[in-house]
Amino acid sequence: MSKLASHFLINKNKFMKFLVCISLVPDTTTKISFVDNDTKFNNDKVQWILNPYDEWYALVRALELKEANGGNVTVVNVGPAENDQVIRKALAIGADDAIRIDVTGDADSFAIASEIAAVAKSGGYDMILLGKETINYNGSNLGGMLAELIDLPFISYASKLDVAGNTATIERDIEGGKEVLTADVPFVISCAKGMAEARIPNMKGIMSAKTKPLNVVAPQGVGSLTSVVKYELPPAKSACKMISADHPEELIRLLHEEAKMI
Amino acid sequence: MSNRYASNFRGFDYLQLDEQLTTEQKLIRDSIRNWVTQSVVPIIEDCAERNEFPKQLIKELGKIGAFGPHIPTEYGGGGLDAISYGLIMQELERGDSGIRSCASVQSSLVMYPIWKFGSEEQKKNYLPKLASGEYLGSFGLTEPNHGSDPASMETKLIQRNGKYYLSGAKMWITNAPMCDIAVVWAKNEVGHVVGCIVERGMPGFTTPSIQGKWSLRASITGELIFDAVEIPESHILPHAKGLKAPLSCLSSARFGIACGALGAAMDCLHHAIEYSKERTQFGKPLAAFQLTQKKLAEMLTDLTKAQLLSLQLGKLHIEGKITPAQISMGKRNNVEMALRIARECRQICGAMGISQDFPFMRHAMNLESVITYEGTHEVHLLITGMDITGINAFE
Ligand SMILES: Cc1cc2nc3c(=O)[nH]c(=O)nc-3n(C[C@H](O)[C@H](O)[C@H](O)COP(=O)(O)OP(=O)(O)OC[C@H]3O[C@@H](n4cnc5c(N)ncnc54)[C@H](O)[C@@H]3O)c2cc1C
Repeated sequence: MSKLASHFLINKNKFMKFLVCISLVPDTTTKISFVDNDTKFNNDKVQWILNPYDEWYALVRALELKEANGGNVTVVNVGPAENDQVIRKALAIGADDAIRIDVTGDADSFAIASEIAAVAKSGGYDMILLGKETINYNGSNLGGMLAELIDLPFISYASKLDVAGNTATIERDIEGGKEVLTADVPFVISCAKGMAEARIPNMKGIMSAKTKPLNVVAPQGVGSLTSVVKYELPPAKSACKMISADHPEELIRLLHEEAKMI
Repeated sequence: MSNRYASNFRGFDYLQLDEQLTTEQKLIRDSIRNWVTQSVVPIIEDCAERNEFPKQLIKELGKIGAFGPHIPTEYGGGGLDAISYGLIMQELERGDSGIRSCASVQSSLVMYPIWKFGSEEQKKNYLPKLASGEYLGSFGLTEPNHGSDPASMETKLIQRNGKYYLSGAKMWITNAPMCDIAVVWAKNEVGHVVGCIVERGMPGFTTPSIQGKWSLRASITGELIFDAVEIPESHILPHAKGLKAPLSCLSSARFGIACGALGAAMDCLHHAIEYSKERTQFGKPLAAFQLTQKKLAEMLTDLTKAQLLSLQLGKLHIEGKITPAQISMGKRNNVEMALRIARECRQICGAMGISQDFPFMRHAMNLESVITYEGTHEVHLLITGMDITGINAFE
């Protein structure tokens, strides 16, 4: 038996193919505004970043599992060519290759899930990871839809993920405690805080990302099932009132009479 | 303690200069920026107050690629271009000039001369260790009696009975008390400047620290003292001939400083803008007063001009066309700009401006060193003067 084969037997580890779904979101300091009668997000001067849940947790955990057990990490994004710059960051952090499904117009979660499903089906991935939500729309729709479309189990909001052989052990934070479950690959999993620590790409990673494959594939052209009628900004924050600690009765009065909370 | 508005620092790019950067250059800048926010900002005021260099950052600086970014990858460097190197220095100095100084010295004053003037054996032996942060280096040119005039140096490397001995002292040396190796410049028997690598532990070599600095307090500065230190021939840089060898290292470092100063200025300006929008007096934010706006607008204009200067220097560097005099102009202009901005931002924030909640005092005090080392403000002016008149006004 070759040295390599015996190593795999002992560790019961399997060379895994990981697919990590990454989306782009506006940098958190972006001033949010809308155009076209408040039906469209104003992209002007927006700095786009990788969705932190995709980057910090899904991607980094996939990389950690690959580094421990061997494997290949592909990232996939649905969007236009402008996204390539940000996709390169995922390659710089350590993904082996990237796929961009060349969708240029608006696409809702269903349209995006359908596009990724086509790529996922043909790729033979053992694990498909994504963030628990995007920080702009907070939809949390994609994972469930994608799993359904490709007929795989879906585990949401995972905060821990380990693999031995074909079986993964997953922890989920649930109301008042934790749930621990196991699942055999392949499956789709959405990742939450706790899964991994954010990684800062180093110079070597950044330079090698330049030559890693970023494959652009034509979209299936699946349409959206929903359309946005209107966006609204939250009401402006009102000023903060300081009440002396010596006058708790004043706090009660204000909460009751002005804020009408009690 | 961490500076108040550090987490939403996004730099300044009034003229959309980002469009002239490559994807890699932007990624490099943003990576170092994130690292600084995460690893430097939360501890730096405290380090400066305690007059301590955060030693735990040395390995991290190596890991992130801040040591020898412009040294070829075959020796463990980053193989990056000058603009990338400049952006790294800019972001490090946003954190603190002391951290940037450590990386400048390691990259341009220790790794660069070994790469440029060293033997293949020296390069293979030292460069990867310096790149990873396993070794920390220092650069000894300045002496107690010779600062702006290094040509008059007294340190000697003399051959006696087939052996080389180094005698003399270097002063104001960044990293000296904690360095593993020092690249030292000295005169040989015939008065030519030569370079050698001195290792910690060589008999007769000591590195006392200099106490009582009000500037670069998060960087350790000291002396290098050589009491007839025997230097093996394998430690002499074979290709360094004359004073132009150390001066070429300084050119590389000075370019980094011209870019680094942008970072300190940006950090100050960012904090001043945020605070002046928040703080109200006479019923409106400080930022609503014309006097404040004049200050902010002029500072942003000066910063933007300095950014243009740096970017063009970077381009000339990449094209191999840059001259030392051009770098002098950049270093002189940008450091003075940063120092002025640090002081003005301090003033905008009133009493809060002097506190450790804000980075102004630390940057301003740091920049007093930066405006002096690597050629003083006056010396760089004389270099430009000589360049335009052809007349040497130094002596
Ligand atoms: C924190 C710190 C770290 C340093 N790190 C290093 C290091 O790692 N390695 C190293 O080798 N050195 C280092 N230096 C030394 C630095 O490079 C010198 O301080 C600098 O070159 C100036 O020399 P000097 O201090 O002796 O000043 P001097 O040369 O004595 O100058 C004093 C003043 O006179 C002016 N002056 C001098 N000559 C002229 C002239 N011809 N015309 C007009 N004005 C003139 C200068 O501009 C200055 O204002 C460091 C300095 C500091 C403060």
